Amino acid sequence: MALRMPPLRERHAERGATFTEFGGWEMPVEFDSIRTEHTAVREAAGVFDVSHMGEIRVGGPDALELMQRLTTNDVTRLSPGEGQYSAVVDDRGVVLDDTVVYDLPEEAGYLFVPNAGHDVRMYERWTDHREEWGLDATVEDATEEYGMFAVQGPDAEALLADAADESVRDVGRFEIATTTVADVPVLAARTGYTGEDGFEILCPADESKAVWSAFDCQPCGLGARDTLRIEHGFLLSGQDFDPEDEPRTPYEAGIGFVVKLDAEPAFVGRDTLAEGTDPEMRFVGVELLDRGVPRHGYDVADDGEVIGHLTSGTMSPTLDRPVGLGYVPAEYADPGTRVQVVVRGKHKQARISDTPFQ
Amino acid sequence: MSFETPDDLRYLETHEWARVESAEESATTARIGISDFAQDELGDVVFVELPEPGESLDQDAQFGVIESIKAVSDLYAPLSGTVSAVNETLFDEPELVNDDPYGDGWMLELEDVDESELDALLAADAYAEQID
Repeated sequence: MALRMPPLRERHAERGATFTEFGGWEMPVEFDSIRTEHTAVREAAGVFDVSHMGEIRVGGPDALELMQRLTTNDVTRLSPGEGQYSAVVDDRGVVLDDTVVYDLPEEAGYLFVPNAGHDVRMYERWTDHREEWGLDATVEDATEEYGMFAVQGPDAEALLADAADESVRDVGRFEIATTTVADVPVLAARTGYTGEDGFEILCPADESKAVWSAFDCQPCGLGARDTLRIEHGFLLSGQDFDPEDEPRTPYEAGIGFVVKLDAEPAFVGRDTLAEGTDPEMRFVGVELLDRGVPRHGYDVADDGEVIGHLTSGTMSPTLDRPVGLGYVPAEYADPGTRVQVVVRGKHKQARISDTPFQ
Repeated sequence: MSFETPDDLRYLETHEWARVESAEESATTARIGISDFAQDELGDVVFVELPEPGESLDQDAQFGVIESIKAVSDLYAPLSGTVSAVNETLFDEPELVNDDPYGDGWMLELEDVDESELDALLAADAYAEQID
């Protein structure tokens, strides 16, 4: 299958980006260096091309019911201009994807943002259930219509206020508003994946260049996006959970706070999840105390016996310490618990840590 | 982008370099490290795992591991020999491999090196062509 390209693929290449395949897309992984880009976001601001994220629009009289029955958070709590973090689970309660659901401004319906390469599966899930339940709702996979950029960091608000207008300063966390950037109408959501303040901007794909160019800050690739989110313990879909390779419920994955068991009508998978609110395995931070770099797939051990494994890891550029994320039994999940991480056959000393890592 | 490939070094196709330091009879020593191209491909180097002094290396065999933020790579010996010194500064400052791959970012010093093995390595111009 041919790789999907973000609208600004060539522009990024001219800027010196190197690329990687991610979720079926060819995306910039590094513009300058991961450390430089990471530091810019923590200390000032950086801009990421995240056009690989999907966009599914849902409208019509039964849009609310369709959204409510297919996502775990309570969509009825949203008013136009608000968003919420949520999960999509199957009837086993296993997370298929994590997403942000937006109730669009001006009652323009719902839009949710599946992870890279999941847009087609989510579109089919939504349309299949719409037919099964006989609901009157429109569902569109709008992924190719949008360019998406994340402006993140302590200076992000000022940068966007400059590029758009001062009203964006009033957009609260997880809210979404319409504005214009470089004369282009955009949606600006106060969301992100870095642990910093910032915005995610959705613009018409063919206006991507003008919008991207409006942000005078460090361009950042997926490499820094990964190190930034690991430091804050944010999940990466397809890696920290995956319906095939890493099947996990929201409670195991540490996002039980997005599961609203009492919301009506009930979401698919609710009854199974109601039984498993206190799971055996827990998603935790793991800090390596010995020299080395924790990585996806490494075993976690106690006294020589494998008890769990890591699903993500890196050398934290901010802390300059090796940090990872993974699953261990509940009795090991308390911060400070000593464990080992198996790196190329060697058992390295480590301890369970709260996230964000400090 | 063009990368430095100093003329006084020999290179493995896997991007390690060797510099023969002294050529007294029966006491040839060499320094080894990775090339400018290799450090750039890896990006921010954060960890190196190197053998201890006294261990012996075989030409073309794996002798260590280097990790950047984004990748893990095996290191291969450009020459056979016995490890006589390890650049332990890299354990605390692995970024020296990025900053100065042919200088302060060196990795090992080898003794008992057989100079005839140099013939199996690439000269600077041939290596420069490989990475072009």
